[in-house]
Amino acid sequence: MGESFIRVEQVSHRYANGTVALSSITLGFNINQFTAMIGPSGAGKSTLMRVINGLVRPSEGQVFIGDTRISQAPEATVRQARRQIGMVFQQFNLVRRLTALENVLIGRLGTLNPVASTLKLYGREDRELAMGLLERVGMADYAWQRADTLSGGQQQRVGIARALAQQPRLILADEPVSALDPKSSEQVMEILQSINAQDGIAVICNLHHLDTVREYADRVVALKRGQLVFDGSVADLSEEVSRSLYYDEQQSREITPILATQLSFAD
Amino acid sequence: MAAVVVVLVWSTFGTELSPWRLLTGLAASGRFIAEFFPPDFTRGSEYLNSMFETIKMAVWGTALAFIAAVPLSFWAATNTTPHSLVYQFTRRMSDVFRGLNEFVLAMVFVAALGLGPFPGILALAVSTTGTLIKLFSEAIELVDVGQVEAVKASGAGPLQVLTHAYWPQIVPTVLSMTLYRFEANVRGATVLGLVGAGGIGLYVTEAIRGFNFQAAGAILMVILVAVFLVDFLSAKVRERLS
Ligand SMILES: Nc1ncnc2c1ncn2[C@@H]1O[C@H](COP(=O)(O)OP(=O)(O)OP(=O)(O)O)[C@@H](O)[C@H]1O
Ligand SMILES: [Mg+2]
Repeated sequence: MGESFIRVEQVSHRYANGTVALSSITLGFNINQFTAMIGPSGAGKSTLMRVINGLVRPSEGQVFIGDTRISQAPEATVRQARRQIGMVFQQFNLVRRLTALENVLIGRLGTLNPVASTLKLYGREDRELAMGLLERVGMADYAWQRADTLSGGQQQRVGIARALAQQPRLILADEPVSALDPKSSEQVMEILQSINAQDGIAVICNLHHLDTVREYADRVVALKRGQLVFDGSVADLSEEVSRSLYYDEQQSREITPILATQLSFAD
Repeated sequence: MAAVVVVLVWSTFGTELSPWRLLTGLAASGRFIAEFFPPDFTRGSEYLNSMFETIKMAVWGTALAFIAAVPLSFWAATNTTPHSLVYQFTRRMSDVFRGLNEFVLAMVFVAALGLGPFPGILALAVSTTGTLIKLFSEAIELVDVGQVEAVKASGAGPLQVLTHAYWPQIVPTVLSMTLYRFEANVRGATVLGLVGAGGIGLYVTEAIRGFNFQAAGAILMVILVAVFLVDFLSAKVRERLS
């Protein structure tokens, strides 16, 4: 695939403490795709997302957002490119003491100069855009409420509105529903799906439930111990692949005693 | 426990502390204080004006310190400092400023700049800057990194990250610490007059040196009521912040 919006080439990453989180990953992401990223805890999924939007500079390899090679670019250039990518977090990460509307407007900061933004001089179009997005995620009635008074599902919807306020071409969602109840999870996944289908915004979503993956994703990327172990369509994700992903020999030995204690509790 | 006893015993040497002295001393002070009554309010309006000057000194001493401490505390926090040398420099500066009591500083500033409230304000400002840098930077270090990362991820610049991710999180602490220091500064400013650095302290020295104890009684009452009112109002505001 020659012209992907995001290109990750031979990327490896080792954290300062020596942990190798990614080893020689090469991947491309096109506009319009809904990609699920799966893999056991510690596989490197979150790290890869942060490499894609330049919050983490990989220790090796190259990363492109459009034409910009962000892995080697100066910070200001990375910031400029990053504006095309929204991010949604497991713990929502709204600024807790600001209102829902102010949180959505944070998505506009990239277009404002520092003085205007410090004084919170958002233009009328920005406010209208933000209100419209809150409406879209069903949160217009809560616009003036402080973020820390909202439920988890509501906070996540505001989080998505904040990402959309950037008018991004891609949204990275790092386990967006892991902290939510089933009903809120479904709402959030459906919003992400409609963003992808209606607005043509690419979505890359870290997920833990394979059922959710099968329901929403077009493409699946699987990581294990920092390596790419599967990249294909959802239909090609066989039982064996997914099982080998989560239960390898070493882990099953660790898991068995835990299961045993759980069973003994159940008695 | 043993260490506490050792320190207490050690501290009796050279301080003339003994149970007998403690009793006679308290009794003598009691008799002395009795001479403050009834308070003499003939110059009451002067005392009141001077108390207002004292409070104004505390207002400006605290305000200048706040203005200096907000940017400096970002340099003095491990998670926002631009460089470890800048961090070391601002931390040590804060240590030095806090180490210098405002009374001692006031003597220095009076010697350098002459008598009046201005050197007093500077003295309060310097020592308060030291304290506020320490308190603010500790609040900055406790900031939730998730909120910071989210604002960064939206493409915000470094200054915008400070104003939209750090600042909203530290604002309650920053304001309540500042008010708390303001209360302390009102009390601190009442003695600065003793070295000629403005405020009501000048009247206290004057009255006691002139054996005008009933006037001193009136001044002390003005101070007590003012300090009580300031503490009360400031505590009310701090309550609403948290
Ligand atoms: N800031 C960091 N410093 C050091 N090591 C880190 C850091 N962040 C992550 N790691 C390590 O890098 C590896 C990959 O972590 P990462 O968070 O990318 O995994 P993940 O696939 O997102 O896992 P999870 O499903 O638990 O979220 C792990 O071993 C983790 O402990
Ligand atoms: Mg993760």
